[in-house]
Amino acid sequence: MISVENVTHRYGARTALAGVTFRVGKGEIFGLLGPNGGGKSTLFRILSTLMLPSEGRTVIDGLDVDRSAAEVRRRIGVVFQSQSLDKQLTVAENLRSQGSLHGMSGSRLTARMEHVMERLGIADRRNDLVDSLSGGLRRRAEIAKGLLHAPRVLLMDEASTGLDPRARYELWTFVEELRTREGVTILLTTHLLDEADRCDRLALLHEGRIVTEGSPSEMRARIGGDVVVLESADTAALGSNIEARFGLHPKLVDGTLRVEIPNGHRFIADVFEAFPGVIDAVSLHKPTLEDVFVRETGAVFT
Amino acid sequence: MSFWLPVFALWKRELVRFWRQKSRILGVVASPLVFWLLIGSGFGDMGLFFPGSLVLTVMFSAIFSTITIIEDRREGFLLSMMVSPASRTSMVLGKVLGSATLAWIQGMIFLAFAPLAGVKAGASGFLGAAGSIFLISFTLSALGFLIAWKMNSTQGFHAVMNLALLPMWMVSGAIFPVTKAEVWVKWVMLVNPLTYSLALLRGQLTPDRAAGGPPAPVSIALTVLFGIVLLIASAMLANRKSTESAA
Repeated sequence: MISVENVTHRYGARTALAGVTFRVGKGEIFGLLGPNGGGKSTLFRILSTLMLPSEGRTVIDGLDVDRSAAEVRRRIGVVFQSQSLDKQLTVAENLRSQGSLHGMSGSRLTARMEHVMERLGIADRRNDLVDSLSGGLRRRAEIAKGLLHAPRVLLMDEASTGLDPRARYELWTFVEELRTREGVTILLTTHLLDEADRCDRLALLHEGRIVTEGSPSEMRARIGGDVVVLESADTAALGSNIEARFGLHPKLVDGTLRVEIPNGHRFIADVFEAFPGVIDAVSLHKPTLEDVFVRETGAVFT
Repeated sequence: MSFWLPVFALWKRELVRFWRQKSRILGVVASPLVFWLLIGSGFGDMGLFFPGSLVLTVMFSAIFSTITIIEDRREGFLLSMMVSPASRTSMVLGKVLGSATLAWIQGMIFLAFAPLAGVKAGASGFLGAAGSIFLISFTLSALGFLIAWKMNSTQGFHAVMNLALLPMWMVSGAIFPVTKAEVWVKWVMLVNPLTYSLALLRGQLTPDRAAGGPPAPVSIALTVLFGIVLLIASAMLANRKSTESAA
């Protein structure tokens, strides 16, 4: 449904995207996960037809975004991170003007407006000025606006920004329903690991490159076993000692040593026995997406 | 897809927003009104500066209305316009027509003071003036759009206002007639769209003072021409594909 081929984008001398390639299948919930400044926003702007990349090609629903921009715009619904509603208009007025921009009018527009307002639970606020709505309600109105013309592809940029946990939960329930019931393909950007975990597939974007791609469980499975994190006054020395003794390759990340190993509890016992008095703290957990990020980039996810 | 649907929607949006901030009317009409009252009373001739002050009102209004494209950009509304399939030309036209309508309304409010200026134009004169005010509003709104499109702050717009638009107004014949100007100023006046705006209004409101200015058909033709050229330029600018973000 979405195909990004070798997309590179530069702002002057700075390279924001360096040869990004990925595909999103029909009816998939696809997440672009990465820390801020990793290139997500740039990629989002390119996908939403706001700008062309310096190099490369983007195809949505079989249409080249460069050559058939207007056709692509008919097929995509876009929910921006920043607000795109007119604060001085009511919810209904915003939707009506959005409908006109999409060539909708009359009873068809009215019916769609009712439908999306009902779905997003904002029907009773239709005559309120957007300015008077809470952050959560505004976000719902944004999504209603993005879905008004029944797009086949929904693009959402950090859609849960500023939402409380409950509103975030509702948003995700809605997104999953949209995919399941209406077969809408959803691409979203996020810097939240728990949110990324709910996607069907993910691409990890770091410093303008996709460092890894796959389903969240696939990604975690690649690590295998457990992750053991060790703290010590001299992590460097401990690291090389572990390497020499156990033949493992601990990663020094943010002042801690990380070891990926099956049966972590046994390793913990062994390592304490081998180097008594050197380890200040230890923890063990099942691999998370954060561990995947650390493994692929050697950096901490911020 | 319909070309006029987005035009109408964006035009209506400008009007609704304006209606919800009525204080804007006062701000735009008041300063030319004060200017006209002071300078007219100073010279002891209220009629002399009336058409010029009317043009100033329309200019302020048209420019301050198109400035909102900068707010649309900053507040994000422009984002959803730019990712919609509506033609960019229809968006430009909607915005310009909306601004022009607001400028026209404010020009008409100023026109209501005409009797105080000793203007004795008949019904046809007022009707002609109303039409002329719309033409001028449209041309200046298109000019405002062209200037505002690439700007990202309203501060920059104020600089343009002070360095380009107010001087343009000063050499339009609002303060001194073309006939008395130095040769180089005359040339500036000849290529200045506001010269024709002013001549148009003067011809309709105070025909006895219109001598020496361009004749009415020339003024109408040139005001329309300026309007169309500026609108096309704005549409071309908004239609440009770019590797820079559109909003």
